[in-house]
Amino acid sequence: MSNDYLWLLVIGMGVVTYVPRMLPMVFLKNLNLPPSMKRFLQFIPYAVLASLIFPGILTSVDTVESAIIGGLVSVILSLLRVNLILVVLGGIMGVFISEQMFFG
Amino acid sequence: MSVSNSEVAVQPLKNHFLQGLKTGISIAIGYIPIAIAFGLLARSADIPNYVTLMMSFVIFAGASQFIGVNMIVMGISYWEIIITTFILNFRHFLMTASLSQRISNAPSKKLLALLSFGVTDETFSVASTQNERELHPYFVIGLNLIAFLSWNVGTWIGVFLAAGLPQSIQNSTGIALYAMFIGLLVPTLKKSRPALVISLIAVLIHSGLHWITPLFMELSSGWSIIITTVISAAIGVVLFPAKEGEQDEQ
Repeated sequence: MSNDYLWLLVIGMGVVTYVPRMLPMVFLKNLNLPPSMKRFLQFIPYAVLASLIFPGILTSVDTVESAIIGGLVSVILSLLRVNLILVVLGGIMGVFISEQMFFG
Repeated sequence: MSVSNSEVAVQPLKNHFLQGLKTGISIAIGYIPIAIAFGLLARSADIPNYVTLMMSFVIFAGASQFIGVNMIVMGISYWEIIITTFILNFRHFLMTASLSQRISNAPSKKLLALLSFGVTDETFSVASTQNERELHPYFVIGLNLIAFLSWNVGTWIGVFLAAGLPQSIQNSTGIALYAMFIGLLVPTLKKSRPALVISLIAVLIHSGLHWITPLFMELSSGWSIIITTVISAAIGVVLFPAKEGEQDEQ
């Protein structure tokens, strides 16, 4: 297949990404859902966040060890309720320092 | 009265929007290095620059863009690439369904359609962990916009400027988005028992899908997240049923 039609592929990928994002937002918004369904939707963020974090974090950087150290730094900082940006920078620093010192 | 009515009406919208932009800064920190990496990868794979830039502008979904480039290089048919993209990103359906219940002010369908374009794992995570029960649509638009801009700016940097950051720092930024997810999730675990239990269940199920299912079948990361989320949230509903007249779980 020639590269001339890559733009068409990109548009196709864009459409199949956008439609599932858009449909519930536009059509569920004003529906009166049963309480258990509302509850289900309310619980989705926790389940999504937890599955995004683990086990993906383990392979996010060069070594599993430095990923764990970076992750722990972020957990400690978020338990201390510091600003989210510091949690992110702290995680990066944790990985950076541990790679330089131990696992690099 | 020195302030006109129109100013009174416009001011809060602008504030919500600016608040959204500000709240999204941590997403931008995570996105820019990944988008740079995407730009670099696409360039090294000889994808025409306009296609790479268009991908970030039209698709705006990190993992599927990386995988898309990979599949293009492997010469896989366009249909297969599109179906893979659909499966990978269908999880956003659950996220916008959840988010739709928290948008305030009954905005127009057009505004909701615009806002939903920017729903990613990261913008959803930040929006849905805000303390306010009701989210102003302009807050979400501001949040999504800074994420979208940083993703696109990062792609441009990757395509045109190549490697700027020293390699050792580049290697460390892989953890940025995970650190952000931790920063969003951990505080809610302290406040809410359902959140803690559901998160632990999700970690268990997702680990099982990650390490055990590959032994006998192939499961995309998109499906793993969808399955984990549906099961964990459903168990949550069974364990912590809604009480009469309750607003939220805290």
